[in-house]
Amino acid sequence: MESILFNIFAVLAVLSALLVVVNPFSRNPVTSAMFLVTTMISISGLFVLLNAYFLAAVQILVYAGAVMVLFLFVIMLLDVQETARRKLRVVSLVMGFLSVGALFGVYKSSLEATYEQELDGSSGEGSVIGSTQALGQELFSSVNGFILPFEIVSILLLVAMIGVILLSKKEFR
Amino acid sequence: MMEPTLSHYLLVSGALFSIGLLGVIVRRNLLIIYMSLELMLNAANVALVAMSRFNGNLDGQVMVFFIITVAAAEVAVGLALIVALYRKRQTTEVEDLATMKL
Repeated sequence: MESILFNIFAVLAVLSALLVVVNPFSRNPVTSAMFLVTTMISISGLFVLLNAYFLAAVQILVYAGAVMVLFLFVIMLLDVQETARRKLRVVSLVMGFLSVGALFGVYKSSLEATYEQELDGSSGEGSVIGSTQALGQELFSSVNGFILPFEIVSILLLVAMIGVILLSKKEFR
Repeated sequence: MMEPTLSHYLLVSGALFSIGLLGVIVRRNLLIIYMSLELMLNAANVALVAMSRFNGNLDGQVMVFFIITVAAAEVAVGLALIVALYRKRQTTEVEDLATMKL
């Protein structure tokens, strides 16, 4: 059961990611954004299979919800029709596929060399459940928690918010 | 059928990262390059969650939590930059933004 679901989600994630980047039928950025939503939802399915339930929910809320709505908003605000007419250069396409394919080949072979011996029995030992409660206790525990990083991230969000307001002022110089 | 192991998840993560890198290299539209960057961040998230699950340690998931927060802030700032750039230059193609080229 788990392996069937894993195959479905993995194939869906990789296929729709490919359609984000090199879609043979459409150069429209809206299409890419829609396929990126599909990828995010599949990745969240992978998170569920990995027992990371809280992160799966956050992935859908933040990425498939907030971030992609922001992307679609900007795409439609800027009205990028020009992209549809321009063609990708064949040379750059071939060279990009070659170099990235070579990189992926190196990664895959090093992965096989590293995890060759434990390919069959490594899934049994992990029993952590990434529920909201467990993640919250890990995050906020007073002994070795992540309270200081949490506060720093809140400052980062504040800085990003002020920066965005400053950037989108009318008389931006 | 075999249960998915750590290396399966890492393989999916590597494939997603490679596709994102391909998008950054090949595509010319700033918005699509930005989407590919998001894809690469998500590939790293998949790898971290898989490591956390198979090592029996929740620290990886806390890391992913922070990555998602930072990515959301990054998207907001980046899209504001793209909109500001579009107001000045009326384009989102990287070929037209070669002012700093010698």
